[in-house]
Amino acid sequence: MKTSQRPSNRPPWMEAPTKAGLAVKGVVIAIVCLLVLYPFVNIVATSLAGEAEITRRGGIIPLFPSEPTLAAYKTIFAGGVVSHALLVSAGITIIGTALNLVVTIALAYGLSRPIVGGRFVLSAVLFTMLFGAGIIPNFLLVKALGLYDSYASLIVPGLVSAFNFLVLRNFFQNIPAELLDSARIDGAGDLAILLRIVLPLSKAVLAVVALFYAVGHWNAFFNALLYLSDTAKWPLPLVLRLYVLQGQPVGGGTESPGEAVASIQAVQMAVVVVALVPILCVYPFLQRYFTKGVLTGAIKG
Amino acid sequence: MHRVSRSPGRAPDRAAGRAARRAARDAYAGPGLRARLRRDRVMLLLVLPGFLFFVVFHYVPLLGNVIVFQDYQPYLGFKESPWVGFANFSVFAEPDFYRALLNTLKFAVLQLVLFFPAPIGLALLLNSIISPRIKRFVQSVVYLPHFIGWVILISISQQLIGGTGLLPQLLGELGLPRVDLMTSPEFFPWLVTLQLIWKDAGWGTIIYLAALLNIETEHYEAAAIDGADRWRRLWHVTLPGIVPVTLLLLILNLGSILSVGFEQILLQRDAVGADAAEVLDTYVYFHGVLDGQWGPAAAVGLVKGVIGLVLILGANKLAHRFGHEGIYSR
Repeated sequence: MKTSQRPSNRPPWMEAPTKAGLAVKGVVIAIVCLLVLYPFVNIVATSLAGEAEITRRGGIIPLFPSEPTLAAYKTIFAGGVVSHALLVSAGITIIGTALNLVVTIALAYGLSRPIVGGRFVLSAVLFTMLFGAGIIPNFLLVKALGLYDSYASLIVPGLVSAFNFLVLRNFFQNIPAELLDSARIDGAGDLAILLRIVLPLSKAVLAVVALFYAVGHWNAFFNALLYLSDTAKWPLPLVLRLYVLQGQPVGGGTESPGEAVASIQAVQMAVVVVALVPILCVYPFLQRYFTKGVLTGAIKG
Repeated sequence: MHRVSRSPGRAPDRAAGRAARRAARDAYAGPGLRARLRRDRVMLLLVLPGFLFFVVFHYVPLLGNVIVFQDYQPYLGFKESPWVGFANFSVFAEPDFYRALLNTLKFAVLQLVLFFPAPIGLALLLNSIISPRIKRFVQSVVYLPHFIGWVILISISQQLIGGTGLLPQLLGELGLPRVDLMTSPEFFPWLVTLQLIWKDAGWGTIIYLAALLNIETEHYEAAAIDGADRWRRLWHVTLPGIVPVTLLLLILNLGSILSVGFEQILLQRDAVGADAAEVLDTYVYFHGVLDGQWGPAAAVGLVKGVIGLVLILGANKLAHRFGHEGIYSR
C-alpha cells in the first residue's frame, strides 16, 4: 500500500543504482517473464500450425506458424467429446462457484460477529486445516452418500474451503462495527445488513474468493478421477489427460476429406488452449484484487 | 521485537483492544442462553449449512478411519467388516510402502531446499523494482501460472521438454543427444520441483511482498544515514523484517510436507514408473481405491495425517519458544 503513495522515484537516502547492477536486474527480470510467458506462446503457435508445417519443422513452431489454420480447433469441436467436456466444466464451475459463495459468505458473516457458539464452530473449522481424514475415508463417504458418479460429487465435497472462509471472515470483521450498528438502529435485521451493507462493501474480496473457487472447479482433476467412472460425465481436465498426456486420438473421424487434416500435436495443443482461455480471460480483471484479498485472509489467519 | 510491527507500541495496543473487545462481547452476551439463541437466530441459521458441511465432510470421515482396524469389505460396510486390530499396520514393513516413503521424503527435501526459498528471492527482486508500472507488470506475469491446473501445466511441459517437444528438437539440431526429461526417472525429482517453482514461486511472493511493504522506511533511512550500503541494509533491515512471515510459512509447509504434489505426481507416474514416482498419496490411491486394499491404504493415510499434525504443532511450539508468533499466538 505504502509504495503506491510514495512518489515513483527512489527515496532520497537511496544511492543511485550502478549501470551494471541495473543491467543485471533487467536481464534477470526479462528472463523470469520469458520463462513464464513463452510456453503460452509456443502452445498457441503449435495449435494454429498446419500438419505440413509441423512435420517439416519437426514439431517446433517457435513463435508463429507461417500458414496459421484453425483445422485443429475444427477437429476437436467436430469430435464432440471436447465440446461436451467443456460444457460439463463450465456448468460445474458456474453452479459450483455460486453454491460455494452462498455457503461461504453465510458462514463467514455468521462467524464474523460474536454469536452463541461462534468460537466453537470457528475452532472446528480451523482444525480441519491442520488435520484431514485422508483419501480413503473421503472416498467411502462420497460412495455412502450416493454421490458417486454424479456431478454433485464435484461440488458438494468441496463446498467450503477453510482458507477462503478465513479470507472472507477477516474482511467482514474489519468492517467498522459502527456502520453495522447504525444500520441496526435504522431497523435492519442481520440478513438485511449482510445483503445491503456488508456484501456491497466486499466486492473486491468476493471477486477474489469467487476466482479461487472457480479456478478450482475449472481445474478439478482429482475429484473427477476419483468420483466419476462414467466417461460421459468427464470434465475438461480428464479429457485433457486422455488426449494430451495419454495420446488418445481426438474425434470420431467426422472431418470431411476435403478439409485440411490437423496434426496430432496441433490438436493436442488446441485442447490445452481451450482449457486455458477462460482463465486467461478472467485473470486480468481480477489480478489487481489479489494482494488485498489474499492478505486479509492469510496474514491474520 | 522480531515481528513486523508498524510501531513499538503495537503489542499493548493489541492487548488493550482484545480486552475491550472481550468486554464488549461480555456486555453484548449479557442475557441468558435462551435469549442469546433467540437474538442470534438469523446468524445461527446462516452458519448452519457451512457448519454441517464441515461436520459431514471433515469430521465424519475422521470416524471413517475405523477401517484402519478392519478388514474392510465394501459390500459388508463398516458395521459388518471384521475387526483385525493392528494387522493393517503391517504395510509399514512392505518394500512398496518403503519406496513411497523414501520418494516422498526425497521430494519434500528438494521442495524445502529449492522451492521454499524461491518466492523469497523473487519477492526481493520484485521489491527492488522502483518503477511501479514495471513492477505491476512483472507481478501480473509471475502470478499467472498459479491458476493453471496441473493437467494443463503438464501438457505444456510435455510440449516443451517431452519426447517430441521443443527442447529435444533443439538439442537434436545442435547435434546433442535428444533427452526426454519427462520420462527419465533420474530427472523426475528435479522435474517435479521445477514445475512447482514455475507454477507457484510467483504466487508465493504475495505474502513476502506485503511483509516487505510493512517494514518501516525509517529503518532504511536511519541505516543509510549510518552509512549502511544497500547490501548491509538488505542484511540488517530487509531480511530480519521478513523472518516472521518466513517462519510462519515454513511451519505451515512442514504440516503438509508428506503431501508432495499429489495430482502432479499422479499424472506423471505412468511416464517414469512407480519406482521413481510413487509417493505416499499415490500409494494410498493405487492400493486403496484401485486395488481395494482399503484398510492398509487408510492406515498409511492416517499415519501421514497424524505426522503432519504433530510436525505443525511441534514447529509452532518451537517458534513460540524462540519468541515468534507462529501460526497462532498464545
